[in-house]
Amino acid sequence: MSKILVIAEHLGGKLNSSTARAVSAAAAVKPEVIDVLVLSDAPDAIAAEAAEIDGVSRVLTIAKPENAHPLAAVLAPQIAKAAAGYSHVFVPSTTFGKDIAPRVAALLGVAQVSDVMSVEAAHTFKRPIYAGNAIITVEADASHTVVATIRSASWPAAGNGANSAPIEALSVDAALPTHTRFVELKQGSSDRPDLQSASKVVSGGRGVGSKENFEIIYKFADRIGAAVGASRAAVDAGYVPSEMQVGQTGKIIAPALYMAIGISGAIQHLTGIKDAGTIVAINKDGEAPIFEIADFGLVGDLFKIIPELEQALG
Amino acid sequence: MKILVGYKRVVDYNVRIQVKPDGSGVVTDGVKLSANPFDDIALEEALRLREKGVAEEVIVVGIGPADLTAHLRNGLAMGANRAIHVVTSESVQPLTAARVFLKLIEKEQPGLVILGKQAIDDDANQTGQMLAALWDRPQATFASNVEIADGKATVTREVDAGLEVIETELPAVITTDLRLNEPRFIKLPDIMKAKSKPIDTIEFGSLGVEAHDHLKTTHYAAPAKRSKGVMVKDAAELVAVLKQKGLL
Repeated sequence: MSKILVIAEHLGGKLNSSTARAVSAAAAVKPEVIDVLVLSDAPDAIAAEAAEIDGVSRVLTIAKPENAHPLAAVLAPQIAKAAAGYSHVFVPSTTFGKDIAPRVAALLGVAQVSDVMSVEAAHTFKRPIYAGNAIITVEADASHTVVATIRSASWPAAGNGANSAPIEALSVDAALPTHTRFVELKQGSSDRPDLQSASKVVSGGRGVGSKENFEIIYKFADRIGAAVGASRAAVDAGYVPSEMQVGQTGKIIAPALYMAIGISGAIQHLTGIKDAGTIVAINKDGEAPIFEIADFGLVGDLFKIIPELEQALG
Repeated sequence: MKILVGYKRVVDYNVRIQVKPDGSGVVTDGVKLSANPFDDIALEEALRLREKGVAEEVIVVGIGPADLTAHLRNGLAMGANRAIHVVTSESVQPLTAARVFLKLIEKEQPGLVILGKQAIDDDANQTGQMLAALWDRPQATFASNVEIADGKATVTREVDAGLEVIETELPAVITTDLRLNEPRFIKLPDIMKAKSKPIDTIEFGSLGVEAHDHLKTTHYAAPAKRSKGVMVKDAAELVAVLKQKGLL
């Protein structure tokens, strides 16, 4: 039987929804146990959130001042020790998990399955390669621990509220390096919904034309309660900061509604949105590739259409 | 110091990949191959550090079959001082690649290893992190800015929440993100010069690296396609259909 350790991702004392998505993937293995591990300097509130996720057996915490920031070199040795006795270690496939999981796998001397989209059996998974242009089925060696990152856009967040799993402090004997130090995190401050977990996302592309013009995208997104994203072209042109980039090299998202405005639809952008529920494209070029995958397309000038949309909303 | 750069050859990023009808792989016959874009960025960063006087020597490393030489020559033409070609006809998984790099590190003693954050073929995003673990050294992944001074690297990382800055001692492993730099173009005279630069070849088998692959790929499939939807005539119709679907 499988026993799965899910590594919790958190920021600013709050659990990231990628954790509950990784728990969904863990549940698909039909394991005996799903434990969630929280590494933090102050894990209590985060652990309490994790304990409410459906399907979680136990929440384990490792509280150390060194765990205040998610440095892979510091966290990986602790996770590798904590992994003893588990058949699988699942980590969200976010920049947090992509940084840490391979370091854990190498310490355990095992391969890693990146970006798990589906669980076929306890050791068989599907994952994308070539920017999602091919999907492979991989089999991990059943005699080793499976270390995997879980592609958040492929999994719904496990429900919460009905569970209250026990929380236990874990002590691991791992030497922690001091060769890597956190300096700072520069975050765009925003009251808008989080791009990766929002149910509605409005994205702007090069067609928006400038940083100043992007205000029209923000304003419309606020009107419908959406998060704001952007294409790589818009980020490269300096209209918006890089953390807003949606696509293969940015964030891969699966909102219920995705509105691509002034985005032509380069393959690398489409890779980031193809799991969205409904895709709407607004572009002045009727031949733009974005229309090939959009559920609803509207050809025209975005600066004319957006005010009309706002008006139609009433 | 020396900088070791991973330089992988992959299917060119402009090629539309086709899955073979029998699910045994993707079509690579006759397909254009190029340097992994993230590795070009890694090489460019190493060259800039050499031009700033931070490094003296830049070495590109390739793992692959005998015909990889031409690809490594491109790295030399871009400006690397020399190349190391680890020769194998087998495909190499990230953990094995990391073990190969560790062997080369023991021999070359670099102050910095720069790798692409991922290769655009297997999209694994693992080798740099695995190497840092095996080497027991710092890692700075997804770098968008690198400063080297006083024996330390200060690296800005592109993370989901924004830009994270970390400081690491050297030697360290850095993996590159897209916005770190724009790689230079290779000029014709440099291609001529590259012909006389050395490429060391090392047989994979002579390194004593365990090549056991823990992951077996059993099937390849094309992704599920989204079907083309409908065009609406104006903003009012769009709002109406989205409201009808309960999305607005």
